[in-house]
Amino acid sequence: MMQHLPALQVVLPLLGAVFCAFMPRGAWAGAIALAVSWIMPVISGLLLAQVLQTGVISYHVGGWPPPMGIEYRVDILSAFILMLVSVMGAILMPYARLSVAKEISARNQPYFYCMYLLCMTGLLGITITGDAFNVFVFLEVSSLSTYVLIALGRDRRGLLAAYQYLVIGSIGATLYVIGIGLLYSITGTLNLVDIASKLQTIGATAPVLIALGFLITGISLKLALFPLHVWLPNAYTYAPSVATIFLAGTATKVAVYLLLRIIFTVYGVGTTSDGTPLSDIFIVLSVLAMFGASIVACFQDNVKRMLAYSSVAQIGYITLGIAILNKTGLTGGISHLFNHAIMKAALFMVIGGIFYRIGSANIANLAGIGRRMPLTMAAFVVAGLSIIGAPGTAGFISKWYLVSGAMEKGWWWLGLLIVASSVLSVVYIGRVVEAAYFQTPNGEAEKATDMPASMLLPTLVLAAACIWFGFDTRLTADIAAQAASYLLGGAQ
Amino acid sequence: MAILTEVIQHYNQWVTIFLMVAGLYIVIARGNMIKTLVGLSLFQTSVYLLYLSPGKILGGTPPILDKAFSVYSNPLPHVLILTAIVVGVATLALGLALVVRINEAYGTIEEDEIVDMDKDGHA
Repeated sequence: MMQHLPALQVVLPLLGAVFCAFMPRGAWAGAIALAVSWIMPVISGLLLAQVLQTGVISYHVGGWPPPMGIEYRVDILSAFILMLVSVMGAILMPYARLSVAKEISARNQPYFYCMYLLCMTGLLGITITGDAFNVFVFLEVSSLSTYVLIALGRDRRGLLAAYQYLVIGSIGATLYVIGIGLLYSITGTLNLVDIASKLQTIGATAPVLIALGFLITGISLKLALFPLHVWLPNAYTYAPSVATIFLAGTATKVAVYLLLRIIFTVYGVGTTSDGTPLSDIFIVLSVLAMFGASIVACFQDNVKRMLAYSSVAQIGYITLGIAILNKTGLTGGISHLFNHAIMKAALFMVIGGIFYRIGSANIANLAGIGRRMPLTMAAFVVAGLSIIGAPGTAGFISKWYLVSGAMEKGWWWLGLLIVASSVLSVVYIGRVVEAAYFQTPNGEAEKATDMPASMLLPTLVLAAACIWFGFDTRLTADIAAQAASYLLGGAQ
Repeated sequence: MAILTEVIQHYNQWVTIFLMVAGLYIVIARGNMIKTLVGLSLFQTSVYLLYLSPGKILGGTPPILDKAFSVYSNPLPHVLILTAIVVGVATLALGLALVVRINEAYGTIEEDEIVDMDKDGHA
C-alpha cells in the first residue's frame, strides 16, 4: 500500500470523478468529492514526510523502469505542491456544498463535482509525473475540465470566458508539446531527468534553446504571466465561486511548478541564466504585472474581477522570485506561491459567501456589509492585509524574502519596486474595506447575515492560516528554502 | 542553390511550419468562433507532423524484430501522437459544444458582436 501512494494520489480522484458523473443528485456527487478530497491530504502528507526522511521517491508506473516507462517522481518541491493542491481541495469541499447548490442548476451539479475531481487529477498528475509527455496529457485533463468548470455557472458570459480560455489554453498546451517534440528529437527521451542529463552533454545549441522558448511561452500562457494573462480576469469573474476559489488556489500554482521544473530541473540554472536573457525578460514582465495589473485592479467595480487582476499581479511576485535566481529570491517565490494560494482562496471564499447572501459581488452593493456579516468581512480584512504584506501575515514573510533576495543581488531598485507595488494593493483592498465598514447598508446588504457555518468555517481556517504562517514558517519558508537550494543545486 | 537543396531536403519541416503558422494566423485573424476552432485544430495537427516525420528512418522497417532487418523506424512518436490526437479531438468537441451553448445564449457566434451585446446589457 505504502509504495503505491504516488499512483493512488492520481488514481483516486480520477475514479471519484467517474463515480460523480453517474450520480443522479448533486448532493451524492458532493459527498464523493468530499470523501476523496479529504483522503488526498493524507496521501500527500505521507509522501511529504517520506520525502523529508528518505529523499526522492521514484515510482515506476506498471513496473516499467525509467527512462523507458513512465516514472512518478516525488521530490521536495513536488511533494510541497501536492500538499498545497490537496489541502486546498480538502478545505474547499465543505464550503462547496451550499455555494454549488445555489449557483449551479441541479442537473449540472454532479458534473460540476466530476469536473472538479478531474481537474484535481490533472493538477496532481502534472506535479507528480516525471515524464514530459505525461505532463502534457495531465495538463490537458486539467485544462479541459477547467473550461467546463468555468462554463457551468448561470451567467452566460461564463460561456464566452470559457471559450476564450479554451482557445488560449490550447495554444499554450500546443506550444508546450512543440517544445517537448523538439527536445525529444534532440535527446530521444521523454523522462525529465534523463533529458536533463542528455542536455548536459549536448550543451546549449540553437534547437535546445528554441525548445526552451516554446516551453516557456506555453507555460507562461497557462500561469497567466503578464501580458499573457488576458484569459484570466474573465474566467475568474464569471466562473462559479467554487471554481474560482479552486483555480485561484491551485491551477496557476501548478503551472508555476511546471515552469520551475523546466527551468531548473531540465535545463539547469547554467543554461537558462548564462546563455539567454530569460532572467531579464521575467524581471521586466513581473514588474509590469505587479504594477499594471494592480493599477487595473484599483479601478474594478466587481470585486471578483478586482481580485482576479490582483492574482495577475501576485503571480508577478512569484515569477520575480524565480527571475532573481538566488536562493533567497527563489525561497520568496516558492513561499509566495503557497501563501498567495491561501490568501487569495480566502478572499474569493469571502466574495463567494457575500454572493451567496446578496447575489452580487459589486462594490456598490457591499456598502456597510461589514456590520451585517462581521466574521465574513473580518476574514476579508485579514487575508487582504496578507495580500498587502502587512507584518504578522503570511504575505509579509514571502515579500520579505523577495526584497532580501533582490538586495543580495544589489538590486535595491527592485526592492523598492516590490514595496511600491504593495502600496497599490492597499488601494484596492482598501476600497472594499471602506465600502464594507464606513458606508451605510442598503438594499440586499441590509438583511444579510454571516454566511452559513459550513462556508464560514473553511474561510476562517484560511484566514487564520494567513496569520499562522506569518509567524510559523516551518511549513512554508523552511520547506521552500530546502526546495530552492535543491533546485539551484542542479536538481538531479 | 545550396539553400534550395537544404529547403527541399527538409520539406517535411517546411510543411509543418506552414501549417503551424497558418493555423495560428486563423486563430488570431478570424472573429467567427467556428473558424477560430478550425485554425486551432490545424495548429494542433501540425504538431503531429513535427513528431512523426523524424520518427521515420530512411530504409527503416516497422519495428518488428526479424533477423533480416537491422534498421527500424521509431514507433514511440506514433503512440504519443495517438494520445495527442485524442486530446485534440476532445478539445475540438468541447470547443464546439461551447459554441453551441454560446449560440443558444447569444444568438450569434461572431466574437465582436457578442462582446458588444454584453457591453450594452451590463454597462
